[in-house]
Order: sequence, then C-alpha cells, then structure tokens
Amino acid sequence: MKKLLPVLILLLLSAVPAHAMHISEGILPFNWALVWFAVATPFLALGLKRLNSLAHDDLSMKPLVGLMAAVVFVISCMPIPVPTAGTCSHPCGTGIAAILVGPFVSVVIAAAALLIQALFLAHGGLTTLGANIVSMGVVGSFAGYLTFRGLRAMGANLGLAGFVAGLFADWATYLATSVELASGIRGDAPFWPLCCKIILAFIPTQLPLGILEGAMTAGMVVFLSRKRPDLLIRMRVMKELKGPAHA
Amino acid sequence: MLEHNRKLKIFMLNVFLVTALLFAFYFFTLGPRPWPGVDEAVVEKIAGEHGHAMRKPFFDPGEGDLLLFVFLLAGTVGGFAAGYFWRMLMVEKPPKAGCCNKE
Repeated sequence: MKKLLPVLILLLLSAVPAHAMHISEGILPFNWALVWFAVATPFLALGLKRLNSLAHDDLSMKPLVGLMAAVVFVISCMPIPVPTAGTCSHPCGTGIAAILVGPFVSVVIAAAALLIQALFLAHGGLTTLGANIVSMGVVGSFAGYLTFRGLRAMGANLGLAGFVAGLFADWATYLATSVELASGIRGDAPFWPLCCKIILAFIPTQLPLGILEGAMTAGMVVFLSRKRPDLLIRMRVMKELKGPAHA
Repeated sequence: MLEHNRKLKIFMLNVFLVTALLFAFYFFTLGPRPWPGVDEAVVEKIAGEHGHAMRKPFFDPGEGDLLLFVFLLAGTVGGFAAGYFWRMLMVEKPPKAGCCNKE
C-alpha cells in the first residue's frame, strides 16, 4: 500500500476539469456519426469475443485486462499542458493496451473508457462516440500493435519497439481524428486542404505528447518484462527461450 | 555490461531531468493561459468555422466545482482500480524463478 500511495496521490492530483479532448458532442453531422458507429461495431464485436475467450482460457489475464482498462481510462482523461503549444491534450494509452492485451481487446477497453467519459465527464460525446472509438480505439490500437510487432520482427528490443509503438499509436489517433473531422464538417469545401489544416493544428501539441506516450509505453513494457515475463510470453509479446535465464 | 547499463541509466535520468526542467521553465514563463484543450483550441474552433458548433452534452455537469468533483471521483476510482490490479499482478502472483529470458 505504501508503494501505491504516491501513485494514487499523483492520480488524484491529475483529476482537474478538462476541456474535452475527443470530438465533442454534436460536432459531427448525424449521418457521419452513424458511419463511424458502423465502422466501430465489428471491431467491438470481435473485441468482446476475444475478451471472452481470453478470460475463459486463462483467468490470470483478468487482472492484466483490468489494469489496462484502468490505465487507459485515467490516461485518456488526464490533460497534460504542453507549454510550447499553450494547450493541453491527453495521451491515449491504447498503444500500451494493444501491445499487452491485443488490439481487439484494446478496442473494447477504449470504448468502455470513452463511454464513461462521455456520460459522466462531458469529455467527448455520445453521438461522436463511434468516431472517438474508431480513432482512439481502433486506429490507435492497431497502429501501436502493428508497429510493435513489425519492429520486434525486425529485431528491435522491447524498449525501442514499445517507444515507437506508443508514439505511432498517439499520432495515428489524431490523424484519424483529423480525417473524421474533415470528412464530417467540410460541407462543399475540398477534403484534403481541410484535413491538412487540422493535422497542422494538432502538431504543436501532439508532437511532444506522442514522444511522452512513447516513453510511457516503453517503460511499461520493459517493466512488465522484468517483473512478469510470464504474462508477456503468454500474450506473445516476447518469446520464451529454452535453457537457463540470462541476467 | 553492468557498467554500460549504469551509464545508460544515468544518461536517461539526465535526459528526463533536463526535459522536466525545460518543461517547468516554459510552463511558468512562456506558456499562455488558460491552457485550453486541443478540442477547444483545434476541433471546436475549426468545426465552428465550418458551421458545426458543439452541443451541450446530454449530461452536463457544468464548468464549476461539480465537474471538478466528477473528475476527482473518476481519477480516484481509476487510480484505485489500477492499484488493485497492479497488486494482483505484481504482489499476489510473483513470477516463477528462472522461467524466462527477456528478449
């Protein structure tokens, strides 16, 4: 408990009223809001199926999934001021979750976090929930997961792969948000100039924040690989080598 | 190898400290107020320019202390949940000795 106390205090202090950082209520037209719900639904369905089989096959996975759910929820409503931009934004946490519990389960975790935030924290919206799930849950999770797997296949160590995965997960989330926003609000205006305008507006805040998220992801993956390598092996994040363990 | 790891840790610590100091410096001197979120600064601003204003959320806690309370509650619950599951993973189920190589 003593070791948890500083972490809990930090988390309590982080709870300040945040101006919403997902797509807010009512910004997307109704038809586009429906489109994003339709895109998110199959990923959610597959994620729930995967979560069910994970919990059924291995009960020890439940605490890991629970931990990731809590981490994603807290991280995604924690505003971090970026002085060089003069604005606040939040990391996503879906990169870490996708690496540790898989991208489909990460989609479910992100959806749950976004729903609670939309209902009780006025952070994001209910009509824009589908769009936020697609950007943060689907795109963020898969970008982080595929980046991690690709780098590991190329021989990168856990730290480097985790860092780049977290970075790409964050940037991919806001790239997707830019596409969603541009496609929904453009009216008769051309898509690409508006999309590029939104991306450029995000860059001052998300560039440093992506680096922070990369560092957090790398730290968590490396820490878990030292403390609970069995979990990472079971989730196929790293391989078990036969023979005596090296230092 | 141990010496290399020690030097790497010292280097990373220095990078972190310098970054933290720069952050604090810019935060207290150069950063404009009142620190809007990117949603307000980017999403709502650009959406507003294209005729798509934000609507009030269905359950609106407002901007006063009620919103602060709700965020505090959310942070508390999330923090305790994270701590609970962390304890389950790290304390209640310690890893088997010598089971695995790292990479």
